[in-house]
Amino acid sequence: MADADLRAACEHRSMERATWRLTRSPTDRVVLGVAGGIGERIGVDPIVVRLGFGLLVLAGGVGFVLYLIGILVSVDPSPAQPAPPPRKARLRPTIAFAAILAGVLLILRDAGLWFGDDVVWPMALGAIGSAVLWSRAEVGRSRFASFVSRGHGAPVRTVAGVLLIGAGVSLFLVSGRRSGLLANAPIAAAAAIVGVVVIVGPWVAGLVRQLADERRERIRSQERATISAHLHDSVLQTLALIQRADDPRRMSNLARTQERELRSWLYGRSSAPDHQTVSGAIDALVDQIEREHAIVVEAVSVGDAPVDDASLALLAAAREALVNAARHSGATTASLFVEIEGDRMTAYVRDQGAGFDRASIGVDRRGIADSIEGRILSVGGSAEIVSALGSGTEVRLSVPRSTS
Amino acid sequence: MTDGAVTVFVVDDHRLFLSGVRSELGRAFAIVGDADSVDAAVEGIGRTHPDVVVVDVHMPDGGGAAVIERVRAAGGESRFLALSVSDAADDVIGVIRAGARGYVTKTIAPDDLVEAIRRVHEGDAVFSPRLAGFVLDAFAGSPPPGALDPEVEQLTPREREVLRLIARGYSYREVAGELFISVKTVETHVSSVLRKLQLSSRHELSRWAADRRLV
Repeated sequence: MADADLRAACEHRSMERATWRLTRSPTDRVVLGVAGGIGERIGVDPIVVRLGFGLLVLAGGVGFVLYLIGILVSVDPSPAQPAPPPRKARLRPTIAFAAILAGVLLILRDAGLWFGDDVVWPMALGAIGSAVLWSRAEVGRSRFASFVSRGHGAPVRTVAGVLLIGAGVSLFLVSGRRSGLLANAPIAAAAAIVGVVVIVGPWVAGLVRQLADERRERIRSQERATISAHLHDSVLQTLALIQRADDPRRMSNLARTQERELRSWLYGRSSAPDHQTVSGAIDALVDQIEREHAIVVEAVSVGDAPVDDASLALLAAAREALVNAARHSGATTASLFVEIEGDRMTAYVRDQGAGFDRASIGVDRRGIADSIEGRILSVGGSAEIVSALGSGTEVRLSVPRSTS
Repeated sequence: MTDGAVTVFVVDDHRLFLSGVRSELGRAFAIVGDADSVDAAVEGIGRTHPDVVVVDVHMPDGGGAAVIERVRAAGGESRFLALSVSDAADDVIGVIRAGARGYVTKTIAPDDLVEAIRRVHEGDAVFSPRLAGFVLDAFAGSPPPGALDPEVEQLTPREREVLRLIARGYSYREVAGELFISVKTVETHVSSVLRKLQLSSRHELSRWAADRRLV
């Protein structure tokens, strides 16, 4: 109990810490969710934050360093606690953020941390265009993003995005040719690749995410369909039957059969019992007896083994004993105990019903002699039937097992 | 509340079942309270100090085992009888190892349930045929290497005999008659098995329980 209190206190503490430490966004992440986290914290569209990081990378890799620092000072959202709702992106902090970003860029340019005007400005234009083109409207996103991606805003967004990217590309081509930068083939190729990634990347990422979402949803609905189909075929049918049954014995029989079936389904056993092992064969045997006869079988088994001739004979004899108990004893329950130990396998079938006196049963009734004793003797085992009028019956069966 | 009557507290998260058990037991015992969650049960048992707690194995927040552990950690003296629809071996063994003195399934006849509660109250253990089978299975084979106390890690031949008869559906009295011993001696054997189950360091108990198919 004290342990639980302590843990709760710790969780409380870590939550408090999380409120002043930056939490990476669990939902809005491209790399690690740092930009998403910052955006949600200061109320700026994460796309704008991401753009800032991207541009600062061009400024001599400063953005890269800043992102690493961001990873270090931020914490992963704890999966146990739902993240606090992100602050809604607003216009004013966004403009402020953009202004500070522009200022920092100019300072870095002055300081010489710069890949060159020919590269940075066209890239900036292209990146902004890409962000505009591919930003998705979501609850909590900036008015800007939701405006441009809403219904009639969509064409505006597309046109603006394409224009910006086009401007970026033209600027790059023009200034690059002027400065001779494009003469350098690797740089030109790299620029082309970066351009393609900037333009197409978000679209591909969105597509992948969408496919994953769809796949998850499909799996879930399939699972739901399987479960409801199963419940419909089994539990609902049985419940309907129980409502129509007027014999209480039949009712409880139905309920019990259904219970066992549902249980085995829930615990992941297939509804078709496994006939390869003794325990599986016992399950099947009990199931069948309870279906066909008005008796409840309390089955207990100890040990398990693959089915062989001897165990088949033993179970067949036990089955016969259970059927006799159901037919003649008048008891509502019978016990079946099967134990596999060392080189023997034993079974006991017991009821607390009427019992019988063997001498009083006519020789023409061959049931016990043939179906129980005969089966057991043929595999070298022994059978004993203990009964007296009024004190129930116990059938004790034992067969040798080949342990090789 | 009747003077001298055994006081019973019932814990089950199914209200329907709870009220059924209450009315069944009300004639034989003084029901001092019930609860449908682990927290409410721990609070109620701490307040009413019942002789016997009938506790459902399966509940949210840890189930019967959590109730037993928390009440015992708080110094509660009540005895516990676990009641469940579950036949999963790991649940049964888990609740016994937490400290329950017996386990019966919810399909038990009302008279048998009354008898089981009496037995638990008197300090004896209540083994259903199924629990006896689980224990025989768990203690099959030799004790684990490095067992601290070989006495605890193995059942005596007599204890095995008693468990086998219980698994065959014999009542304690019938076991006594079959083995020519007194009912008291049968109870002693069963309590000793319960103690071994609770003390045994057989680490495979839990693993065995997890691997074990459900009977």
